Amino acid sequence: MTCSLRVLLTATLFAATSPSFAQLNIPEIPYDSAPDLLKMPDDIYLGEAVGVATNSSGHIYVYTRTGSVNVTTGTNRAFVRNAARLFEFDASGNFVREIGQGLYGFVFAHTVRVDPMDNVWVVDEGSNMVIKFDPNARVLMTMGRKPEAIRIPNEEPESGGPPTDAPVGEGVPGDNFNRPTDVAWDAAGNIFVSDGYGNSRVAKFDKNGKFIKSWGSKGTAPGQFNTLHTIATDAAGNVYVGDRGNRRIQVFDNDGNFKTQFLNAGAPWAICITPGPRQFLYSSNSNGTANMDDGEIYKMELDGTIVGKFGRAGKLLKEFGSTHEIDCRNENVLYVGEITNWRVQKITLHPEQARASQ
Amino acid sequence: MMRLVASCSVLVVLFVAFPLEAQRNVPPPPAKAFATAPEIPIQAELDFLKLPADLYMGEGIGVARNSKEHVFVYTRSGESSRLFEFDPAGNFIREIGKGLYGFSMAHAVRVDSEDNIWAVDEGTDMVIKFNPQGRVTMLLGRRPESHGLDGTPPRGTPPPPAQPYRFGRPTDIAWDAEGNIFISDGYTNSRVVKYDKNGRFVRSVGSRGSEPSQLSTPHSIQTDRNGNVYVGDRGNRRIQVFSNDLTLRAIYDTVGAPWALCISPGPHQYLYSSNSNPDNNNSKFSEVTGEIYKMELDGTVLGRFGRAGKQLGEFTTVHAIDCRDEDELLVAEITGWRVQRIKLSPQARQTTSH
Repeated sequence: MTCSLRVLLTATLFAATSPSFAQLNIPEIPYDSAPDLLKMPDDIYLGEAVGVATNSSGHIYVYTRTGSVNVTTGTNRAFVRNAARLFEFDASGNFVREIGQGLYGFVFAHTVRVDPMDNVWVVDEGSNMVIKFDPNARVLMTMGRKPEAIRIPNEEPESGGPPTDAPVGEGVPGDNFNRPTDVAWDAAGNIFVSDGYGNSRVAKFDKNGKFIKSWGSKGTAPGQFNTLHTIATDAAGNVYVGDRGNRRIQVFDNDGNFKTQFLNAGAPWAICITPGPRQFLYSSNSNGTANMDDGEIYKMELDGTIVGKFGRAGKLLKEFGSTHEIDCRNENVLYVGEITNWRVQKITLHPEQARASQ
Repeated sequence: MMRLVASCSVLVVLFVAFPLEAQRNVPPPPAKAFATAPEIPIQAELDFLKLPADLYMGEGIGVARNSKEHVFVYTRSGESSRLFEFDPAGNFIREIGKGLYGFSMAHAVRVDSEDNIWAVDEGTDMVIKFNPQGRVTMLLGRRPESHGLDGTPPRGTPPPPAQPYRFGRPTDIAWDAEGNIFISDGYTNSRVVKYDKNGRFVRSVGSRGSEPSQLSTPHSIQTDRNGNVYVGDRGNRRIQVFSNDLTLRAIYDTVGAPWALCISPGPHQYLYSSNSNPDNNNSKFSEVTGEIYKMELDGTVLGRFGRAGKQLGEFTTVHAIDCRDEDELLVAEITGWRVQRIKLSPQARQTTSH
């Protein structure tokens, strides 16, 4: 009796001081979703809405997996093209234009981000490319190169990558991406690419695309990754990496030195850091594409403290179908791109209502 | 990395390249009810759908009418599958979902009680709900990222276990009065799945086999007014009837292989089932198949009409039936690339023998 009481007390004390206990009291942030946000022309449809971002005038860019992949043949090789499209909408959701129609690097969409100069950056995990468009939608810079051909049945290519004794996933120095996932920039314009499914590293380039360094390999130790799926920087130039397979956000300084990790917000499929003097970090613990579990999005301080959460997996308005990217240019007006629901939701948060109800 | 990019064209090429299994050269027996079912006189209207000069039908896979008698046709065509809308007179109105990510290998189109249009695609493993305006409002299943590029597994490889929110070449869809969704799934999976109206998984029934409640290519599905679920268990040449919670209630095995089912909406509901001639272009099969049966919901056969053939009023592998009007059916055919409008004579309602 005494013994079990002691155990109980110990357990209670432990629970009260552990981060997991604190999570039980995460406030729900009230929110709305605007129905039918994006007005599509009659003959254009979104596919999987994997990428969404806004520019400084509120225009909305959506990078989507759509159409049918074309595989063509020649010289006994198969070539792939045209299964991703980039659309631009105005702030009201009216269709403005398609960007990069038929572009060589558009194969399998992963993300789109807009930099402080309103350049539009697309990350394509099918072509292994990061493509920078200027605000007039012309290609300014390309990173990585689309493989010339694919193998059918698909097989891993013979080596040609790093030496066999090198850690798995560290890649080769440069922009030889292997299914990259996302891009971010610091105030100096340095470019950080999360790379990705095939590699397991963060690659840093200067603003002109010159390789500086990369860090990481496949694994679970600090500084290692298992599908780094999303990346963001804060005003101080720290780099936040959504290490999805390890269900943690890792934080590095601008040179790639590990600083800390957040284990309290599930699997970070999509992260976004707000601009402005006081920055917040949003992270989506998205449901997998074959289930309807989890799906909530967390709002956090940059030190990892959870401020609140909202949403769950589902197909209705205000529910999320495998959230894949979040735009948080405005702290309380988020754009959420979903894989399985083929849509972008404009989410308006009402944190003042949460405070009022407490 | 390229395993991500899907190619249905590759998949189709691989599929076509495999010869049919040897045992499929043995024709099935005639349907048990064939000899005794009275023949229902019909009139067929072939050039019912008027296509623009630059549009062509491919295989007539899915056909359905909405409450305004507009006709929706889901066809395997050209570079992908396409969904067309026609007015009641058969005049072309528009294409829906051109270039859609979920369109690859058409299998069915059905219209629900609110005139939403649902397409079932066995190439992308997706069920896509369009509102009456033709915009996507719900999705079930997900197009595989790596379709076909990993190569086709050897024949006989058991399929992976079914998952609640993924399909294995789904075939058809139905709803009950509360909006619950029933999917026949399908060629790779062998089950019926029930979702609520918001797309949340409720339960499923079935595994591959020939025992009661087992399925061998559930190819078509319908519900009656009471929410019972009728499944065309094609490979087992039987219709299995389940209650709304997917408990087996009855088996009808007298009407051959149920390729296409349709239950009419009127006050007295009828069940149509097509014992289609297989799409293997084998004339021995066509001699003993091809007719459509009209039945009571309890399985009583009222009559039959049609036979395999390329002429008007004959059928070239019926794949879908619309029976919103119980005496005027729309019939979509695979190998003839067409939709026929079939008028049943008034005598069809009578159950007396001829």
